Amino acid sequence: MKGSKSPRKRVAEHISSLPKSGIRDFFELVNTMEDVISLGIGEPDFITPWRIRENAVYSLEKGYTSYTSNLGLLSLRKEICKYLKSDFGLSYAPEKECIVTVGVSEALDLAIRAIINPGEEVIYNEPCYVSYPCEIKMAHGIPVPVKTREEHQFAIFPNDLRKAITPKTKLLMLNFPCNPTGAVLDDKTAAEIAEIAVENDLLVITDEIYSELSYEKHAPSIASYPGMKERTLFLHGFSKAFAMTGFRIGYACGPADLIDAMMKIHQYSMLCAPITAQKAAEEALKHGKKDMAKMREEYRERRNVIVKKLNEAGLKCLMPKGAFYVFPNITSTGLTSMEFATRLLREQKVAVVPGTAFGPSGEGYVRAAYAASMENIIEATEKISLFVKSLKQA
Amino acid sequence: MKQEILRILTEDAHISAARIAERLDTTEKKVEKVIKQLEKDNVIIGYKAIIDESILPENAVKAIIEVKVRPEREGGFDKLAKRLSKFPEVSSLYLMSGGYDLQVVVKGENLQDVASFVSSKLSTMDGVISTATHFLLKKYKESGKILHEEEVNERLKITP
Repeated sequence: MKGSKSPRKRVAEHISSLPKSGIRDFFELVNTMEDVISLGIGEPDFITPWRIRENAVYSLEKGYTSYTSNLGLLSLRKEICKYLKSDFGLSYAPEKECIVTVGVSEALDLAIRAIINPGEEVIYNEPCYVSYPCEIKMAHGIPVPVKTREEHQFAIFPNDLRKAITPKTKLLMLNFPCNPTGAVLDDKTAAEIAEIAVENDLLVITDEIYSELSYEKHAPSIASYPGMKERTLFLHGFSKAFAMTGFRIGYACGPADLIDAMMKIHQYSMLCAPITAQKAAEEALKHGKKDMAKMREEYRERRNVIVKKLNEAGLKCLMPKGAFYVFPNITSTGLTSMEFATRLLREQKVAVVPGTAFGPSGEGYVRAAYAASMENIIEATEKISLFVKSLKQA
Repeated sequence: MKQEILRILTEDAHISAARIAERLDTTEKKVEKVIKQLEKDNVIIGYKAIIDESILPENAVKAIIEVKVRPEREGGFDKLAKRLSKFPEVSSLYLMSGGYDLQVVVKGENLQDVASFVSSKLSTMDGVISTATHFLLKKYKESGKILHEEEVNERLKITP
């Protein structure tokens, strides 16, 4: 018997070493509870506008059920490039500088895998979307988070970025407007970050999935600064602005060599994004902007309400300029993010996400999404107020 | 701010000025002032509940009547239309392009009510050439509100 030999590990090391966050348990707990008012949902509470759904149905009726080009329907790519030109001031060629993906998540995965060699470092702003560090590790890269701070309105601070750069740094990943903080970049900061990227010859991935949901003046896309277009992959999609999360359509635009490299991975793993969803996305760009603007106005009003109510409840909460999240500071309660979220859920049946779900820099904060109905926002914030009061009396 | 307030009131005329102020990140006083002005300027001409009459026991009858009219040299369609609009049975009245001239929406307690209004009042008026009465059978959407129940999809309670 060769029994002394330890059994072969079945799961690849870089996968088994991915963090198994404590947040899973919290999510499970929320999902088992009844009558919870949730401010924990990272997707629009709107149903996809009818005209977009109707176009998906129509495409099925017409028999559009085939593969598409690996890059996605050319007609959709043309609409995307037209939209980026008119609304973002960015010029891309639909034939070779644009790829349609299964959600912006796939675009992010493709981009990192296409760029990173094992051991190369990737800098990103933290708190950040949960997948960022894991995507980097799955591509055998080294995640290097840069903490964004409340005193900078959670925008990445250029000096902090400079300090994080080493000779191994290849890529900078930015997500503004930001999930979970709602932060955006102002023009001065964006210009400085662009300079740093050029000076250090960094590639940049800018995940602008929330870009339409910005409520005040903000900087143009980082891709539009001098020297940036040739080093930047612009990532976007339809999930948030058009309330199309379930359609799973995203895209990347950027230099042809990078798009081509991404296309190779995409063609061997995904082949193409579903045609029904691509047809729906085309309709969204052609005729969905009015619906989108209407949803944005609704979010803006909910944002005003939730920020006021949370501050009145005694939680310091900045007025975020984008996305549909607020990121109140809960340190005055003396609880950790996880304790706060768990007790709020158990005692008042209101769900928020502990800031630590978005990286260690999120400690001391929770994320509340205002992609919820106005009634739910008002009821939830009243309950949060009761909860905070009960802590002070104890 | 006018546009925003009008949009909110169009969706929910019942909402308080305080709630509007919270949404628009302004003060209750300012909202009240704007609303007063809109009322004064006749931009807002009234506030009404949207009612699904089919649920009420006293089921009102509604008809849309297409009216062809001979316009007058002085005043065109206005004189007749203004006269018609004074009848309490008439709930809306529009001048239309196309195959007929006036669209009259009439509400009555029952079928006879509407029929007698059409035969004794409307069709006998000077200038009325012809009428075509269409009774409303069922409402699916009223003033932007869908009246039938739509299935609600269960979403995840929490997502990153």
